[in-house]
Amino acid sequence: MTTFLLRRLAGIALTLLVICAVTFTIFYLLPNDPAQAFCGKDCTPDHVAQVRQQMGLNRPLIVQFGNYVWAIFAGRTMGSGSFAVHCGFPCFGYSFQTGMPVWSMITDRLPISVSLAIGSAVLWLAMGLLAGVVSALRRNSWVDRVLMIGTIGAAAMPVYFTAMLLLYFFCSQLGLIPYPRYVNFTDDPVGWAQNMLLPWITLALATAAMYARMTRSSVLETLSEPFVRTARAKGLRERRVVNKHGLRPALTPVVTMLGMDLGGLLAGAVITEQLYGLPGVGKLFADALHKSDQPVIMGVTLVASFFIVTSNLVVDVLYAWIDPRARLS
Amino acid sequence: MTTTVPPVQEPTERQDQAPASPWRSAWRRLRRRPIAMTGLGIIVFFVLAALLAPVLTGISGWGPTDIDKHAVNPYLAGLPRGSFGGVGVNGHWLGVEPGLGHDIFARLLYGAQVSLLVAFSAALLITLVGVTLGVVAGYFGGKTDMVISRFMDIMMSFPSLIFMIALLSVAKDVNRILLLIIVMSLFTWPYIARVIRGQTISLKHREYVEAARASGTGSARIVLTEILPNLTSTIIVYITLAIPTLIGSEAGLTYLGVGVQPPTPSWGQMIADSELYYKLDPMFFILPCACLFLVVLGFTLLGDALRDVLDPKGGNG
Repeated sequence: MTTFLLRRLAGIALTLLVICAVTFTIFYLLPNDPAQAFCGKDCTPDHVAQVRQQMGLNRPLIVQFGNYVWAIFAGRTMGSGSFAVHCGFPCFGYSFQTGMPVWSMITDRLPISVSLAIGSAVLWLAMGLLAGVVSALRRNSWVDRVLMIGTIGAAAMPVYFTAMLLLYFFCSQLGLIPYPRYVNFTDDPVGWAQNMLLPWITLALATAAMYARMTRSSVLETLSEPFVRTARAKGLRERRVVNKHGLRPALTPVVTMLGMDLGGLLAGAVITEQLYGLPGVGKLFADALHKSDQPVIMGVTLVASFFIVTSNLVVDVLYAWIDPRARLS
Repeated sequence: MTTTVPPVQEPTERQDQAPASPWRSAWRRLRRRPIAMTGLGIIVFFVLAALLAPVLTGISGWGPTDIDKHAVNPYLAGLPRGSFGGVGVNGHWLGVEPGLGHDIFARLLYGAQVSLLVAFSAALLITLVGVTLGVVAGYFGGKTDMVISRFMDIMMSFPSLIFMIALLSVAKDVNRILLLIIVMSLFTWPYIARVIRGQTISLKHREYVEAARASGTGSARIVLTEILPNLTSTIIVYITLAIPTLIGSEAGLTYLGVGVQPPTPSWGQMIADSELYYKLDPMFFILPCACLFLVVLGFTLLGDALRDVLDPKGGNG
């Protein structure tokens, strides 16, 4: 187990370094001049050169990259003389637009994205598992048909459509729910849930459909396994066969998928946050895009990659822990 | 063991059945599924709409960039005159966009062109790259396989949406459509390559491949005549199911402002514009969203049915 863990950790470090290098290259090799962007539109060439000097942009690319990566772990002092600022661990630099440290901009908005991700995950798991299991146990019945056609429809729903239909009917026409705005969970848990309800549904609907289809095929596959036949043969009641023997192994692929999906969502659902105006990490990213705020775009990209790679690791480790065969590959 | 007497074949039965090729019999099974035919119908409808866009807008009389100030009400923030987003006003079949009074029907048709062009081209590119690398990795194995597989693993651990956005946002003065196709393909090919690699590995140990190799056939010929034909159904199923994802990604990227840029009409752009008006002019968001929904639905229905028909092992029913 230890060698497995070490090997996976080394793999992750390498992957993150590659991602970091690619991100860095994308942003610093392409025509946009960071010094010009930082300085603003009406900057004299002298001033731009000075900023370039301060940001270390006239050094070789590899040195800049080294400094960038080093700063993430060890912090770094930016600028010189009376303008010097120390940016502590983990340092992703400062926003061109607001001048705030990128890391604190991300952590400020992280709770919102995490609320969105966790809440919708609970919702899509509940809907997806229920629909999938019911569908599998009532295979080829009308319930199964209706559910499966429904899931194809739900999976094809674009998030914009779900979001705007919900907003139009529930908020604008019927006035049942106030227009979503983010409320802190610690300030007002009820208000938090009420405001997050529509974003949760929007994000959960399409994913739930995917989970329902996967759960259905996974349960069907497990129920045709020899050990389930044995359980039936030794006279167990059907309910017990399904609960004890059928469902547990059928849910392993669902857990894998959940790990990966959650990892991807923690750093923000860009489109859903944009649609509801939720000021999460995804919105931060979208706003930074419109203003070409490169340090923010880079910071979010790296943090998002970190979440995805880490959640893959967690899933792998859980797997290896449950099933020793997985440690070999 | 007793020899079993083969049942006597009714001669009429043989005459009825045409010598069915696997493809023809797959088509016959597909045709019996109303859901698959619905999907195909939707796809054909949108492909025709996209191809005939110039003809259809010629008939309706409004082009995609024509401005019609008479169809909108300047005193109501440029909202369309008439009900349902201005359906029928001034000969706009599906109404107009608020603001400049662009004809929605024309913009939907030209949007379909962009959407399908991007998705089909990206699907083609993914197939070319993914199948080539997948077959090469699976067939040759060893170091080649290790390098390609490692590369695929790294590509798949990239947060693809965020990277696509980042790549598209830094490139400014280039052909957006071409760039979209390339960037979307860049992050999608490993998924098909992985499937193809796995299948190639299992195919290359089959007897007929061994036989071909034993009789001195070269690698290139074995791959082209023995392995590729057996991968065709997998490729078709995979691509049919990849197209809706590509259409969705294109719309999403355009919605976020990094995809197709105006004045080129596109569904993602229309959806982004309609956000401001969803309370007052719901038709503006319903129409492009419904088109997006239908196209994605069509390809998913067809792809699901194709998977069941062409590849019974992978089916889930």
